[in-house]
Amino acid sequence: MINDTLQGRRTVIAIIMSAVIVLYILRLFTIQIIDTRYKEGADSNAFLKKTQFPPRGLIYDRKHTLLVYNKPAYDIALIMREIRGLDTLAFCKALNIDKAEFIQRIEDVKDRRKNPGYSTYTPQLFMSQLSIEDIATIQQSMYKFPGFYIQNRTLREYAYPIGAHVLGSIGEVSQRKIDNDDYYNRGDYAGRDGIEYTYEESLRGEKGVEILLRDAKGRIKGKFENGKKDIAPKAGKNLTLTLDIQLQLLAEELLKGKMGSVVAIEPTTGEILAMVSNPSFNPAILVGRQRSKNYNALLHDPTKPLMNRATQALYPPGSSFKTAEALVCQQMGGINEHTYFQCNGKNSSPIRCTHSHGSPVSLLSAVEESCNPYFWNAFRATIEKDGYGSRNINFRTRYDEWADRMKSFGLGEKFTDSDIYEQSRGYIPTQKYYNKLYRGETGWRAITIRSNAIGQGEVLSTPLQMANLMCAIANEGYYISPHLNRCDSLRKKIHYCKVDKKYFPIVFEAMWRVFDSGTAVASKIPGIDMCGKTGTADNSHGKPHSIFVGFAPRVHPKIAIAVVVENAGFGSMFAAPIFSLLAEQYLTGKIKRPELLERTKNTVTNAYVQER
Amino acid sequence: MSKNVSIKYALDWTTVAFYVALVLMGWISIYGASYNFDQSSIFDFSQRAGSQFIWIMTAFAIGGMLLLVDSRMYDFFAYFIYAFAIILLIFTIVAPNSIAPDIKGSRSWLVFGPVRFQPAELAKIATALALSKFMSSYNYKLKTWKDLLPLGMFILLPIGLIILQHETGSALVFLAFLLMFYREGMNGIVLLLGTFAIVLFVIVIRFSNIPIQVDRGTLGFIAAMLIILLVQVFYAIFFGRNQKEAIILLLGSVVVAAISYVINIWFRVNYNYISIFSIVASCIYWIFVELLNRYRKYWFLILFSIGSVLFCFSADYLFEKVLQPHQQVRIKVLLNMEDDPTGAGYNVNQSKIAIGSGGFWGKGFLNGTQTKLKYVPEQDTDFIFCTVGEEHGFWGSTLVLALYWLFLMRLLKIAERQRETFNRVFAYCVASIFFFHLTINVGMVLGIMPVIGIPLPFFSYGGSSLWGFTILLFILLRLDASRLERMW
Repeated sequence: MINDTLQGRRTVIAIIMSAVIVLYILRLFTIQIIDTRYKEGADSNAFLKKTQFPPRGLIYDRKHTLLVYNKPAYDIALIMREIRGLDTLAFCKALNIDKAEFIQRIEDVKDRRKNPGYSTYTPQLFMSQLSIEDIATIQQSMYKFPGFYIQNRTLREYAYPIGAHVLGSIGEVSQRKIDNDDYYNRGDYAGRDGIEYTYEESLRGEKGVEILLRDAKGRIKGKFENGKKDIAPKAGKNLTLTLDIQLQLLAEELLKGKMGSVVAIEPTTGEILAMVSNPSFNPAILVGRQRSKNYNALLHDPTKPLMNRATQALYPPGSSFKTAEALVCQQMGGINEHTYFQCNGKNSSPIRCTHSHGSPVSLLSAVEESCNPYFWNAFRATIEKDGYGSRNINFRTRYDEWADRMKSFGLGEKFTDSDIYEQSRGYIPTQKYYNKLYRGETGWRAITIRSNAIGQGEVLSTPLQMANLMCAIANEGYYISPHLNRCDSLRKKIHYCKVDKKYFPIVFEAMWRVFDSGTAVASKIPGIDMCGKTGTADNSHGKPHSIFVGFAPRVHPKIAIAVVVENAGFGSMFAAPIFSLLAEQYLTGKIKRPELLERTKNTVTNAYVQER
Repeated sequence: MSKNVSIKYALDWTTVAFYVALVLMGWISIYGASYNFDQSSIFDFSQRAGSQFIWIMTAFAIGGMLLLVDSRMYDFFAYFIYAFAIILLIFTIVAPNSIAPDIKGSRSWLVFGPVRFQPAELAKIATALALSKFMSSYNYKLKTWKDLLPLGMFILLPIGLIILQHETGSALVFLAFLLMFYREGMNGIVLLLGTFAIVLFVIVIRFSNIPIQVDRGTLGFIAAMLIILLVQVFYAIFFGRNQKEAIILLLGSVVVAAISYVINIWFRVNYNYISIFSIVASCIYWIFVELLNRYRKYWFLILFSIGSVLFCFSADYLFEKVLQPHQQVRIKVLLNMEDDPTGAGYNVNQSKIAIGSGGFWGKGFLNGTQTKLKYVPEQDTDFIFCTVGEEHGFWGSTLVLALYWLFLMRLLKIAERQRETFNRVFAYCVASIFFFHLTINVGMVLGIMPVIGIPLPFFSYGGSSLWGFTILLFILLRLDASRLERMW
């Protein structure tokens, strides 16, 4: 043989090969027999952990009237292997879908990227969240479609078609939510806005889990340890709201055909009795299958029905701001109850007066008659009290103090201890803002920012803040952040206003006079002493906003209300009657002025507002 | 006609039996792995097992036809086939996308209508033939280092072209020929050095992030230096027969270590430099010993030490710059440096779970939960061995490995009984290629080799690889059968 001397190398090569194979057999022995770690890994894969969804918590109003509950909903599932001789056309017809949608859904089920747990042996979700109406047709003919099954689920159902903005809605969770919260999986539902969002964690309850065993074909082989390791779902906690459903219903009705909002709060507790934003919609339309379609329609509606105007819309508070102005100016020593200022009516400068009354005016009449020149003078006297000083330092210090005291009424900031998710912060301009706007600390003076005196200009507030301002006045110097959940913990924190109690009676008196002989005399309720203030907020979108704020009764106020009707005109014309009717309803339990009710209900100020 | 009759007697039916057994077991495993509940029959041609059946039948036909070819044709056409394969490899690189599509980032397939074909498979066979022809020529003998040069050219050319196609796995297969070179006379030290290089590389990379003390050197590098030092000591004792020198060397190293440790109390010492210093000092010592005693036996050791130190220096560079990021991750996962069970570690982790869950007896045919529920990716191609491990357990996988072992031993036996160098070289080429594929593939599935995507011979799904392996084997069987022809 050739290369005879090298023949021994065959042995070396054989040894190398054998060694590798022996090494691999030893490795197999370790993995398959000695090490139990891998068996556990495989076990966990062969389990099918089936989520049991808990029923969501119910929602009640303050008198324990049921508002939101759960109704059964249905998912259609399919087991691919069991489908036989499907009459696609009849099936689509029964489900009210077209063939293209049917094919798309089947493709989605089969797509392992979208549906990683796909198996032809186990039920796969075909269509979800069908209502009992949707399912009605197909339910009887289900036997014709082998392989398709109906599975139970729950959907939100509403006792009243109102309160969409307060209650909020539920939608499929976003990827971000899934990433941030282990509780959620793809396809889960969670509160998207309103109360459903704020109290998501208590309303959702706790998911349960049913552990099933699967064989290699994906078939369910029964429960693991007879269900001993299963976890039963825990129902969500029920929620009692502070809303008064009767008042809420009335408020929604009164706002029909108008664009605007109403907020009613119980002053001593900060509990929101009614909160309405119009245009609105029936919360039931955002439930189930039609959600995305309706949501899109709402989203693209130019009247913005999805926006909660009561907490998110920003308005110049207009004359209603004069109540706070009167308090802060007294507190800062700019004026006192005996201060009189000249009013030249329409010829006043720099701000003219829109009302006709005697001159000079007292503080009392100025609030009652909503005299613009008076408040300009009062504002000026307040912040110019120490003169301007070098680089306007004295003036700016006074301005800061003024803004700070204003903010102590809950203006210009969000209510951080409230449970209202959608809130705008409003605006009480800061010194910094003006320094920037007018290029420097000496660029602005009292006259530059005169609009602040009468609640126009840069001052902005939400109807919620206006109602809260009324609470603070009704409580004579404190408020509790407005909230929706009727529980003690939210009632604990008292916010004190930076105005002494002694300055309040004159404002009470003036606001009472608004009803007795002032701008709202037409909305007076016989037998009830009410305090209020009209506002007519000029704005760039057309007619002024009609605003009315107030509280009732005068002694021991039980309700504070802010009403804003956008682009309607004078406060006394549109907003005041709504205030009056709401106060009557809440305080007496019924309306004794049917003709006022009818007239107010039927007034249309905005033709574009749709009822949904 | 007489030739046909002789084939029947001369054919090595034992090997054929192993081949058929392995192919059929592979087919059943593919059925198990791709079994997706709906499939009723192993012959369902729309499914993987069904198409594999077609591949198997065509492979049998190809094998049968190869047996009818005159054995001298291979010798005669070897260089032509090699040239053709190289041209195809180049063509695959430059061909338009319609013929050579980009599949998962590599362009290694040629597609002509329904026919798909991987030129790298042909290149394996062609290179084996070309090497056999070259090494069997009268004036060639593999004795010195210089004789390796032309052989290196033969394998480096296809390796380079295949790497250009981004098929690193297929390119590595050509390293298998080193085993054949060894049989044909290459110094065994090459294999040892190769192994040593891998060991050093693994140690340097594995422990490169672990400081021996903050800013005082890394564990990996120092350990590598220590190993080089130990090799010197062993060399001195076993090859140099100089125990005295070995002891001096050891003592010297201990003294250096002790001194540097003491210095470290007051001054910051980088132990990396101390360890290099020790190696350099030892080399100087060996030169001194060499000159003093007029030995010539330590030159190799000195070269080896210096080379190893340089290699350790470049190991980091090789790892970071030459390897691609996904290859780095695969190695890191293998070395337990990264735990990434959902990312790069996913395949291997799931594969280990699947195999481990098989236990001794396995879960039974078609009862593997891991492979069925698609936890293991690529389960019918590169990770096919998982299915065997899960469904047939320890005994089944051992049986498969044992069958491969018998098959390889049989190939070695065939190789050694050849009278012609051409046949023997080719036989060793075939055995080496099968062995390399088996080692890398099963090692990867068991988590002791990095993830390199090369198929398990006869088991993995796919026509191109099955045909390639079949052609390799049946050319060998044809050559082997001719051994008796010549006798008559």
